Amino acid sequence: MHPTPSQTIGPFYGYALPFPDGAAVAPAGHPDTITVHGRVYDGAGAPVPDALLEFWQPAPDGSRRGAPGSLRRDPTTGGYAGRDGHTFTGFARVATDADGAYTLHTLPPGQNAYLSVCVFARGLLHHLYTRAYLTGTDTAADPLLASLPEQRRRTLLAVPARGRCHRFDIHLQGPKETVFLAFP
Amino acid sequence: MIPTQRDISALIGVEAARHRATGAVRHHPDRRYPPYRSSELRHPAHPLVTVADPDAVELSGPVFGVTDVTELDADLTRQHAGEPLGERITVTGRVLDRAGRPVRGQLVEIWQANASGRYAHQRDQHPAPLDPHFTGVGRCLTGDDGGYRFTTVRPGAYPWLNHTNAWRPAHIHFSLFGTAFAQRLVTQMYFPGDPLFAYDPILQAVTDDAARARLVAAYDHDLSVPQWSLGYRWDIVLDGPAATWIEEGR
Repeated sequence: MHPTPSQTIGPFYGYALPFPDGAAVAPAGHPDTITVHGRVYDGAGAPVPDALLEFWQPAPDGSRRGAPGSLRRDPTTGGYAGRDGHTFTGFARVATDADGAYTLHTLPPGQNAYLSVCVFARGLLHHLYTRAYLTGTDTAADPLLASLPEQRRRTLLAVPARGRCHRFDIHLQGPKETVFLAFP
Repeated sequence: MIPTQRDISALIGVEAARHRATGAVRHHPDRRYPPYRSSELRHPAHPLVTVADPDAVELSGPVFGVTDVTELDADLTRQHAGEPLGERITVTGRVLDRAGRPVRGQLVEIWQANASGRYAHQRDQHPAPLDPHFTGVGRCLTGDDGGYRFTTVRPGAYPWLNHTNAWRPAHIHFSLFGTAFAQRLVTQMYFPGDPLFAYDPILQAVTDDAARARLVAAYDHDLSVPQWSLGYRWDIVLDGPAATWIEEGR
């Protein structure tokens, strides 16, 4: 069967898809919490204020099964009930702010060097996949990183920031264009 | 200088001719599509890098369950104290993978403008009335047969700023998860016979005629409920990495 074509997410997804705690994958107060933050830029170097980022990763024990409950609803009111505070779902969704910035709080992915990222925005007719490799990755040991020339490889590597922070910027186009991925 | 509809229609014609000349079947739009002006600074210029790693994390995906959805989420006409204005419709169909198998238990999310063509969004400045009884957000999980079903109202067409006199055909946005992160899809469903199709650079970005037709729902009189609503059927086929197709128990 032939696939249904992709279409842009448009600028007005903002009241529909983002949910409270969408970026809070780590249970509140977990001592191993890491922060991944950055900005999304267009080809002119301007921040993209209407992007939506989704992240997917293994649990700290390496499990890739995920778990329900990322956008848990209150069955009485129909409102948002929040994550349950202990289940690690592996999924995050965060919209960029007016300055193109996003912040994600999560736990280190077990047996894995990176977070998988999916980028949606007005102007993107088809979403884009990339990976945010966390600080300290052995680039020679990873097949994807090892296959890339140095300048392009750098676009997948988060930059260490203060504390347990990692900075990961996404450039949709331009001299620092991020490496985007296809899965055959 | 803001282009006119004539300028944009000419560009749409150029892209359509270019597509026909290649003879290629293209299921998805090009990332760069000049008639859709927002794509110019946002499409990557480098080709995508293919991940050949059989152990890629993207071959698994997030899961959602009954805790993420309430029963009323699929009925957009019952989320407020009163009835929304407009033509009440049922939209239903199946979510399938490329082998034609149902994609079960997966989250489907929709969002749309109200019957007047206005989104319940702060930045939508189209001077059409907001409906106090309609927000335009719904979600559900697919059933064992891959089926989904929403009750809503038919959205209106609305103007946008791509060019002078740019109007979007009526559409409902869909977000779909498959069984792999790499199977993710965000798309739009259109209504049959809309006179705005030819003028819309977002729909026309799908240059393959058969692929574009797959974005248009079918009116199904058997789905219409007497004294209540009209029915539309729209099936969705998720693309995705070949590596996930042979897995059992999806």
